[in-house]
Amino acid sequence: MSELLIIWAILVSQILLSLAMGCALYRMARGPRAQDRILGLDALYIIAMLLLVTFGIRTANTIYFESALIIALLGFVSSIAFAKFLMRGEVIE
Amino acid sequence: MRVWLPYPLLFLGLLIVWLLINQSLSPGQIVLGAILSALLVWIMGNLQPHKSTLRRAGLLLPLAGHIAVDVFRSNLAVMKVILKAGRHPANSGFLTMKIELEDENALAMLACILTATPGTAWLEHDRQTKLLTLHVLDLENEQYWIDLITRRYVTPLKEIFG
Amino acid sequence: MSHVTDLPIWAAALVCLLLLAGSAMTLIGALGLLKLDSFYSRLHAPTLAASGGVLLISLASMICFAVLQSRWIFHEVLIVSFVVLTTPVTLMMLGQSALYRDRFEGEHDVPSKPSGEPVDPDLDNGADV
Repeated sequence: MSELLIIWAILVSQILLSLAMGCALYRMARGPRAQDRILGLDALYIIAMLLLVTFGIRTANTIYFESALIIALLGFVSSIAFAKFLMRGEVIE
Repeated sequence: MRVWLPYPLLFLGLLIVWLLINQSLSPGQIVLGAILSALLVWIMGNLQPHKSTLRRAGLLLPLAGHIAVDVFRSNLAVMKVILKAGRHPANSGFLTMKIELEDENALAMLACILTATPGTAWLEHDRQTKLLTLHVLDLENEQYWIDLITRRYVTPLKEIFG
Repeated sequence: MSHVTDLPIWAAALVCLLLLAGSAMTLIGALGLLKLDSFYSRLHAPTLAASGGVLLISLASMICFAVLQSRWIFHEVLIVSFVVLTTPVTLMMLGQSALYRDRFEGEHDVPSKPSGEPVDPDLDNGADV
């Protein structure tokens, strides 16, 4: 009983997260403006990180957390760089 | 001590992060982490960040409690707004208010708090005029939001940072 | 090798609940990204995923691993604190640059730069909204 419950819960939450990724992807593809796309990208990497955590729960493997951490780090830096770029037109001041 | 370790809290935080990443408490990792954090703290000192003194650090704890409650409540509120967004659009709007905070770190903290709470987003603060521009998702009553932010965050932050 | 199906029933139920709540919250945040009509409104949507979703899902995974391997796996703490600290910074920068761009292009529905004298105290209270 408990086996079925947890497998299904993980599956459902992964489906929900994929749908959320679809929404973020749509916002990233459609725009309408550059800041919307960056917002979509920002949401996309957070959701991807969450998806990796659920994979980690499913396989009981901690290696996924390290990749989740790396995604969080790199996503933050890239979003900041994009936002800086929008404001000034150059990344490094 | 002040010369060698100008930022003891930062040092401790970095050490804890290092030990968490490595998932171990072995002496070798502690030494390695201490060396690395000391190096990073030294680099941080060279950046000469603005230093502010915590007058009443004890007030940080109730403030954190307030923030947790507010984040939870506004999560629910924003969820409601989003789920209803198709039928009637959210009456969101900009809000300009005056913030009587001088300290840089207090302002940074206020910015993080306001942006981390769903429903309010920090847009701009002018140091000269002390005017803060916010975007609020559910702007029904401007004075309500101004009072709320002043009462719940600005006043405690002013007391903490002196 | 322990597996996720070895969880006792109470832990499984708790993990399920947290997982579903967290992913539903994330989905609602992403829907907000899709449905809200202006950029500044959409700016609020990712905080939902960043605060609620990350916290709940990481809590689920913490409970799962604590019960399975009977030791605390603290990577999740790092993930949560990192995301909670960095998302506001990103959104703040993004909001600032969007405001800058909108002003630069002369959009009319954004507030103009507040230009009061520092001595005049009666210039606040949403005069620009």
